[in-house]
Amino acid sequence: MRERTRATRILLILSPGYKDLAFPIWLIAREDAGVRIRRDHARRAGKHFQLNGKAPARGRRTPLAPRLASRYRSTVSAPTPPTAQLVVSAERLSRSYGRRRALDNVSFTLEQGQCLALFGPNGAGKTTLLRVLAGLLRPSGGEVSVAGVPLPGGAQVRAAVGLISHQSLLYPALTARENVEFAASLHGVPNPGAAALAALTALRIVERADAPVRSLSRGMQQRVSIARAIVHSPALLLLDEPYTGLDESGARALTAVLRERRENGAALLLVTHNLHEGLELATQAAILRAGRFVRQDSRSSIDADAYPEIYRELAGALH
Amino acid sequence: MLEGAWLIARKDLSIEYRTRSAFLAALAFALVSVVVFRFAWDPTTVTALDLAPGVLWVIFTFSGLLGLFRSFGVELAEGAMDGLLGAPVSREAIFLGKFSANLVFVVAVQAVTIPAVVLFYNLALGSEWIALAGVAVLASIGLVAVGTLFSAMALNTRMAELLLPVLTLPFFVPVVVPAAQATVVLLGGRPIVEALPWLRILLAFDLVFLFACTSVFRFTVEE
Repeated sequence: MRERTRATRILLILSPGYKDLAFPIWLIAREDAGVRIRRDHARRAGKHFQLNGKAPARGRRTPLAPRLASRYRSTVSAPTPPTAQLVVSAERLSRSYGRRRALDNVSFTLEQGQCLALFGPNGAGKTTLLRVLAGLLRPSGGEVSVAGVPLPGGAQVRAAVGLISHQSLLYPALTARENVEFAASLHGVPNPGAAALAALTALRIVERADAPVRSLSRGMQQRVSIARAIVHSPALLLLDEPYTGLDESGARALTAVLRERRENGAALLLVTHNLHEGLELATQAAILRAGRFVRQDSRSSIDADAYPEIYRELAGALH
Repeated sequence: MLEGAWLIARKDLSIEYRTRSAFLAALAFALVSVVVFRFAWDPTTVTALDLAPGVLWVIFTFSGLLGLFRSFGVELAEGAMDGLLGAPVSREAIFLGKFSANLVFVVAVQAVTIPAVVLFYNLALGSEWIALAGVAVLASIGLVAVGTLFSAMALNTRMAELLLPVLTLPFFVPVVVPAAQATVVLLGGRPIVEALPWLRILLAFDLVFLFACTSVFRFTVEE
């Protein structure tokens, strides 16, 4: 039995036409051999042999192709649920400006498809946290990694991050299209012009693509800034009050874009003062005060009606 | 790295082409300085050949500073510097891109200023203009490298307009002195081999400054 199985396997491996199928065919051959061995053992022991509750078929077996197809399909094409990858991992992260600790022992994780809504009073360290994760500030202590790369990770980390900041990060003399195309080019996007147009279209500002940024209103500049941040499809989006200046149409477009990015596996870290906006997209929520997380919850455990009161109690405790 | 530097240089040159703010300011300063020095010059006591090289390099130094300050000033307006630092390009590529754009700017100003000086001081410049252009470009490399680095350092300080000249001028001296001496030789119609020692010094400082400034740039922009 072993010789036949080995011979069959070798023959199939060497056969050019079956190279792709050699391994599954070998599996079937091995299983058949195993069945036959167990059947022989059962006979010798005087027992009735059954396979999957049924007596195995005698005589001519099912032709190989359908058996192979069903077995191959079951072993190869059955989708396995993807394990969510860790995008951000922070352990006792701290950042100081001289003697002042802007971040103090911050620990959290963020996986693909998750959104952490971060709330906190002014000066809590929210922007500092975003800038550390974006690679703009070096951590003073602790360990933090983005997309599996420990910070400061260099270009590899920065390629995976998209940042929407307080300021627009745009060049006023250039057009909206040129600003987004410049960002796409820096990130190595294959067709930066088309990618820029797609990003501007998603934010519903494509009709003003060729207008200089300085001629756009604050809300329109914010849309261009968001387009700039998402044009390279980053794995991690850092959003510092992204709804600032947006009208209802812009806010809806932004929410749709962020939801689509999250569903496609991007991780979001959203800083906002608007609890409703933050909780709408969040899978987790946290409150930062004086550089420390004072509360962290999963979205499912949050009562959206009661959360504002909780926030006021925790965030306003020092004021 | 070179691709990132090229993208940044092209972006800066596009912005300067649209606005022309720094170029026109530097050019206006240069031309007004040429005129002022011309009318402050007594030709009976000092010859044109003695005065022109010094005038030329004083004008290049200060007009270059006007443009170098705006080099990173354009990144300050809407926090665009964060966008640049957050992109997956090396810090060296950012420096080289800025350096390249500034070099084009400074050489463009020189390309207008040199003929103006030749005209106002009635200098006889034949084929030496090629060598003079080469000296100007060579010196510009050192000036722009130092100026770009200190422009980044002064970016977020309170008195950037004052700090930049105070920081850069001492470092300009080892570039400007050999450049001015080589210019004296060329404008005087003497053989270029007499200027070779000065050109070697100029080249050495260019290489040192360019390498050193590229290497330390990351420490000026990272927190």
